[in-house]
Amino acid sequence: MKTENQRGWLFVLPVLLLVAFNALIPLMTVVNYSVQETFGNNQFFWHGLGWFEDILRSERFHAALGRQLFFTFTILAIEIPLGVIIALAMPRKGFWVPVCLVLMALPMLIPWNVVGSMWNIFTLPEIGLLGYFLNDVLGVNYDMTQQPVAAWITIIVMDVWHWTSLVVLLAYAGLVSIPDAYYQAAKIDGASNWSVFRYIQLPKMKRVLTIAILLRFMDSFNIYTEPFTLTGGGPGNSTTLLSIDLVKIALGQFDLGPAAAMSLIYFAITLAVSWLFYTLMTKDEQ
Amino acid sequence: MAEIRLKSLRHSYLPSPKAAEDYALKEINLAWDDGGAYALLGPSGCGKTTLLNIISGLLTPSEGRILFDDTDVTDLPPDQRNIAQVFQFPVIYDTMTVYDNLAFPLRNRGVDEAQVDARVREIAVMLELEDSLRTRASHLTPDSKQKISMGRGLVRDDVNVIMFDEPLTVIDPELKWKLRSKLKELHQKIAVTMIYVTHDQTEALTFADQVVVMQDGEIVQIGTPVELFERPQHTFVGHFIGSPGMNILPCEVAQNAAWFHGCNIPLEGPIKSKDGRTEIGVRPEFVIMDDNGCIPGTVRKAADIGRHAVVEVMVGNTQVSAITDGPVPERGDDVYLRFDPEQTRLYTDGWIATERALP
Amino acid sequence: MALELRDVTKTLGAETHIYPTSLKFEAGGFNILLGATNAGKSTLIKLMAGLEKPTTGEVWVEGQNVTGVLPQKRQIALVHQFFVNYPHMTVFENIASPLRVQRMSRSDIETRVRAAADVLQLGPMLDRRPQELSGGQQQRCALARAIVKESKAIFLDEPLANLDYKLREELREQLPDILGERGTVVVYATSEPTEALLLGGKTALVHEGRVTQVGRTTEIYHMPTDLTSARVFSDPPINFAPVTKKGDEIWMGESITWPVAGDVAALPDGPFTVAIRPHHITPFKSDQASVEIHGPVKITELSGSESVAHFEINGEIWVSMSRGVFPFRVGEMCKFHMTPDDCFYFRPDGQLVAKGRRNG
Repeated sequence: MKTENQRGWLFVLPVLLLVAFNALIPLMTVVNYSVQETFGNNQFFWHGLGWFEDILRSERFHAALGRQLFFTFTILAIEIPLGVIIALAMPRKGFWVPVCLVLMALPMLIPWNVVGSMWNIFTLPEIGLLGYFLNDVLGVNYDMTQQPVAAWITIIVMDVWHWTSLVVLLAYAGLVSIPDAYYQAAKIDGASNWSVFRYIQLPKMKRVLTIAILLRFMDSFNIYTEPFTLTGGGPGNSTTLLSIDLVKIALGQFDLGPAAAMSLIYFAITLAVSWLFYTLMTKDEQ
Repeated sequence: MAEIRLKSLRHSYLPSPKAAEDYALKEINLAWDDGGAYALLGPSGCGKTTLLNIISGLLTPSEGRILFDDTDVTDLPPDQRNIAQVFQFPVIYDTMTVYDNLAFPLRNRGVDEAQVDARVREIAVMLELEDSLRTRASHLTPDSKQKISMGRGLVRDDVNVIMFDEPLTVIDPELKWKLRSKLKELHQKIAVTMIYVTHDQTEALTFADQVVVMQDGEIVQIGTPVELFERPQHTFVGHFIGSPGMNILPCEVAQNAAWFHGCNIPLEGPIKSKDGRTEIGVRPEFVIMDDNGCIPGTVRKAADIGRHAVVEVMVGNTQVSAITDGPVPERGDDVYLRFDPEQTRLYTDGWIATERALP
Repeated sequence: MALELRDVTKTLGAETHIYPTSLKFEAGGFNILLGATNAGKSTLIKLMAGLEKPTTGEVWVEGQNVTGVLPQKRQIALVHQFFVNYPHMTVFENIASPLRVQRMSRSDIETRVRAAADVLQLGPMLDRRPQELSGGQQQRCALARAIVKESKAIFLDEPLANLDYKLREELREQLPDILGERGTVVVYATSEPTEALLLGGKTALVHEGRVTQVGRTTEIYHMPTDLTSARVFSDPPINFAPVTKKGDEIWMGESITWPVAGDVAALPDGPFTVAIRPHHITPFKSDQASVEIHGPVKITELSGSESVAHFEINGEIWVSMSRGVFPFRVGEMCKFHMTPDDCFYFRPDGQLVAKGRRNG
């Protein structure tokens, strides 16, 4: 008989290598760029924390961050309650359960750039179904390529359409795990529908909702493809989110130093908010 | 509080039941007095939980009426029936304190806070929960959680009946005793009608004044624990109640006497009917092993369980269990058995077929 | 075949799950772990089965140190409280699964599965899926999977806990025949004292991460070495009361006294705890030497065959249990009898120091 050995670590090694290559090494490269200045020719000069100071002081960054936060909190404020409401309305038993689940999963199966292009064409005033309907049938003046408000509404509606189902599925999983006895006890105790939601369903969904909020926060905070293919950040800079701005700086202007510093700040914000939120939500469980 | 009557109750989970097998409950008629302690006892799938849910209003019966006193409650929802129910797994509101859990049913009914407070404290003392009123209910042990479920029923002074659906399933044996005693004590104190559903005969018999034994959606016998133990109307009751259950021994009837392995077995009294499958029913407690016995057997197994010994004896191919306080025989020993005539009955096709001789 | 724990401990962070424990179990008959939920029975089983690694100490099987050997290499079988079967496989495939893993030939598998199914009366159900079976049959299927392969040890962790009362009785009755004399160490965890007594064999009492007593099941029932063991191995709970020995007499409270006899006479004067099982307190006089005690009845329970009364005596609640029908009334003062010969005497530190002459 052989005794238990440390061979298990060998199996983890490929993952370690993979993580090193696609996360740690790029991250270190970014850190490296963020503290240097370059004038091309592969010549680099030490710049200290200069880029960080510049970025943190720049109004362009503040504006982009503001837009980003506005976007993220708006879609969270819509998607989480909406997802919970839809999950509550879904049947718990019977023939319609799989139908609903598949319908819900559909938007999530579409690739991100396709979603952006789809909505772009869908909303164009002349040829898009929605654009035509709004302008020519309802007589609403709607053109997201010209009006910042229309662009914002479109981006938010698109994200809600694309991602609410994730919240629905998670919340639904939480709901179906509640034993019938809880509902029966509540009926007998004379609890109102609101009490049932407040004291049974919501507490039992808390864990999955925490995960839903975290996932949606991180995803929406880093969102790029969809808004870029939809509006390209326009009209003007009105929908230029942090990620879009970052790509503009890095690839459009090839300012590697500031772009690197900006991505690190960006990364730090995502990490800090996620950590803070998670700690707060799980605090009273210990 | 109320007297509960069930009239010609039938229930099927199928949309259009036809044959008798389609019914989970077949024709139930019952009357329960106000303030009694009752148990519904039977194996899994006998319909006892269906019956319970019909009384509480969680299920509407296919046929028949339910009356609380003289009010027909068949179509009333659970919250208007003024009942309370304790489930198999403790149901508590996790985010609330013990206090808020107990206060919940009262607050839902708009009772004023001063009265809520008085009631909650009174019940907490009764259940020995007064020290943990401020604790979050989710932090308690299963038995305390189950006490909270009970407490939510007890705080209301308007309950007609409190129902228990196998409430001790998740409780440790030692605590089971305590909780069962607590329940008994509460019943003796507040005298509200209680209905206790279980598959565990010990729980049913020790809790209830009257036990309803069910099998396949039908009531087989209703009686006090002593009646069910001493004179089961059906072999199923004999087998199901008692540990080990009643010995049911195939026998022959000739010349108005029962014969088992060549021995004439004296019975409690005259035989009423002898058509059909005939069996002798005798509890292990009344099987005597001594030299006066007629029936020869061999000990297959003997277990000393402390307060007495359970001995299994093979008589031909038939196993007979005996309970004895005397010396415990060894495996393989030859013994002679006899039965206490007063406690020995004849059953034909499962139903009792002897009459008790008048003293 | 023998299975041994040598000075095993298990700690998880600051929590100690198992205090230093040495145990030796042998093949033939049941080895029972008896204790309340969370007493450490399951942890002990996991340590023996290799599902958990001891923090310190060693596990030996057949004279070989197997500490750290993976469970799948130990030739063991485990039956859990919940009916663990593969839901998508038929009963036949479920029972065959451990043999398939061992790459046994098709015909051998067939014969073995049929044999195991016969023992467990699953013959007619081999083509069904687990969810089409009753709870008792599902657990039989899990048991069949455990006995179909040759194992050095079979662990049963409260296998009957989730079954109906009567089914439990039936399956418990058959367990000795099912597990039989197969040269396998059988370890059986239960929280029910009566179940331990019915199964017989050898028992280890587990309480809060410690094994408090080990021995032949009936022997340790009749001779608990300390207070904790007496408490663990008693259902209904054993009665306790503080007593004082003064010369030739034992005093319980102010008014109850009885003369010392046997071992008790040799004890020094001073305080002791006396323990007596409920079935030794009866409403009738059963022995010449019996002592009368009185108390108000708090709760009564009548199970048909047995009568139980909870009554108060010197501020303690005691339980009397006797065969037959005795109609106690709640609130009434009742007279009970106990025989000093049935009492256990414990020192203030909990050690048994004397017992009456009769079997407890």
